[in-house]
Amino acid sequence: MLGIGILKGMVVTAKNFFGSFVNKRLLPTIQYPEAGNSVTLFSRNIPFLVYDNDEDPLGTMRCVACKICEKECPPQCIYIVMEKDANGKPAKRPKVFDIDISVCMGCQICVEVCPFESIKMDSTFELSTPDRFEGLLLKREHLLKSNTYFHKIHPDEAQEVDDRLAAKQKKPAPTPSTPAA
Amino acid sequence: MSTETIAPREYQIYSGDDLRTNVLEISMGPQHPSTHGVFRMDVSLDGETVVKLKPVFGYLHRNHEKIAETTSYLGSMPYTDRLDYFCSMTNNWAYALAVEKMAGLAVPERAEYIRVIMAELTRLQNHASLVGFLTNDLGASGTPLLYAIREREHILDLFEWASGARMMCNYMRFGGVRNDLPSGWLAQCKKVVDDFPAFMDEFETLLTGNEIILSRCQNVGVLPRDLAINASITGPCLRASGVDYDLRKVDKYGIYDRFDFKVPLGSVGDCYDRFMIRLLEMRESVKILKQALATIPEGPVNDSKARNFRPKPAEAYGRIEGPKGELGFYLVSDGTPKPHRYHVRPPSFINLTVLEDMCLGQKIADAVIVLGSIDIVLGEVDR
Repeated sequence: MLGIGILKGMVVTAKNFFGSFVNKRLLPTIQYPEAGNSVTLFSRNIPFLVYDNDEDPLGTMRCVACKICEKECPPQCIYIVMEKDANGKPAKRPKVFDIDISVCMGCQICVEVCPFESIKMDSTFELSTPDRFEGLLLKREHLLKSNTYFHKIHPDEAQEVDDRLAAKQKKPAPTPSTPAA
Repeated sequence: MSTETIAPREYQIYSGDDLRTNVLEISMGPQHPSTHGVFRMDVSLDGETVVKLKPVFGYLHRNHEKIAETTSYLGSMPYTDRLDYFCSMTNNWAYALAVEKMAGLAVPERAEYIRVIMAELTRLQNHASLVGFLTNDLGASGTPLLYAIREREHILDLFEWASGARMMCNYMRFGGVRNDLPSGWLAQCKKVVDDFPAFMDEFETLLTGNEIILSRCQNVGVLPRDLAINASITGPCLRASGVDYDLRKVDKYGIYDRFDFKVPLGSVGDCYDRFMIRLLEMRESVKILKQALATIPEGPVNDSKARNFRPKPAEAYGRIEGPKGELGFYLVSDGTPKPHRYHVRPPSFINLTVLEDMCLGQKIADAVIVLGSIDIVLGEVDR
């Protein structure tokens, strides 16, 4: 009979409508921001720079300004200038480390190519700002975050990184190999 | 006050034989909601009948191929996510396959299984949302689409868990995948896959017998078998026209020869066949997923030597059966870290070439469904 198919479909929609009052699976909407958000432990958004000692962020940052990430970044959103000491010798530390987060696409290539485990992915969000130029250009100071923070957002990955670094310290420090072709 | 009554006027009704009308040209898009993005159809209409249709695209062109020729091989992996943003996993796989073919890299066993699992999950969520969008084009505003999106969320959660991102996964690497699956992932995936047939049953009850869908889709936008072959249509559109051609069976790339699955075929090649092929393919994908999840071995997921490869001058064409059709990457290397030539064979783009042939003689409202049933993503059409 004509119309049976439509009626069967109506039954399905009715089931879903009334079921949504009792079954959480049928109504998975999260009332953001009142009832929390759906950001999980695994999400990645923008990169940040890791330092080890909470008292001396600039002194213990892992980045040595080798510029591999700057070269490999697909949308070219990283800008690095190496710091020089009083004699003009390179100090193996970035003087300028800028990431333009309006350009960054969160692809994690910088994390993969970094030989010093110094750049990792953050899971922060709500990065909107009224200042569309300076506000979206994150400087070294904004990007520096402690290893403790890294442990908080990605516990498993941070533990792996710590183990790798500890194993590396036993052996002599490796020279940065040429980046992947 | 006058008490005039309004009498019905006399109207002349033309039989249509002696009526001469001009052809009306309509530019449909690029901001039309039915065109799935920034796509334009220059349609010539006789009354409501389509007499000419010219697809116009390129509004989303962003130089994908040229950018890839100026970055390293690894650097264009995240850009492949943005081709067909519904199926980033299969895009990654096709590109990784092309590079692996060119550089002669081997893939570990576990990584092959992970790739198959990811690709089939992608197929599930792409087909589910395509059917939702198609019914949205038919006028079922929202309901089936939202059910599909609700189910898709579970799959996207799995992608996020494994790769860190819901849509722009950037998960596959040359010689494997980026990282191993987190603990508990496979159990959750099994749960999602086991729950999926219940959703499919509900979806089919909702849609397949619906008289409105039957009358709007059947015998609309017929793509004849010969034309489909001649126009090199691939994917579900080709199989809906009755051609048994599935790269998973033909090419047996990856480890697809180990799984037992069937290739559903249509008989007429109309919109209803294309719609049903998607539903049937989802069932087969669930079958593959169940087999892969049961037999996935332990082991490494990446070849550490593959990280620093430098290809010899060579060329390679890697292709996979994406959810939309044959997705291929053609690469030419001149021995430098950057590809000399990088070409994408996008299924959406090539399937779109027969749009006019399918729409001629149909009503303008049916052209919308025909476009919806081809399953295009403008990120891939325009690149």
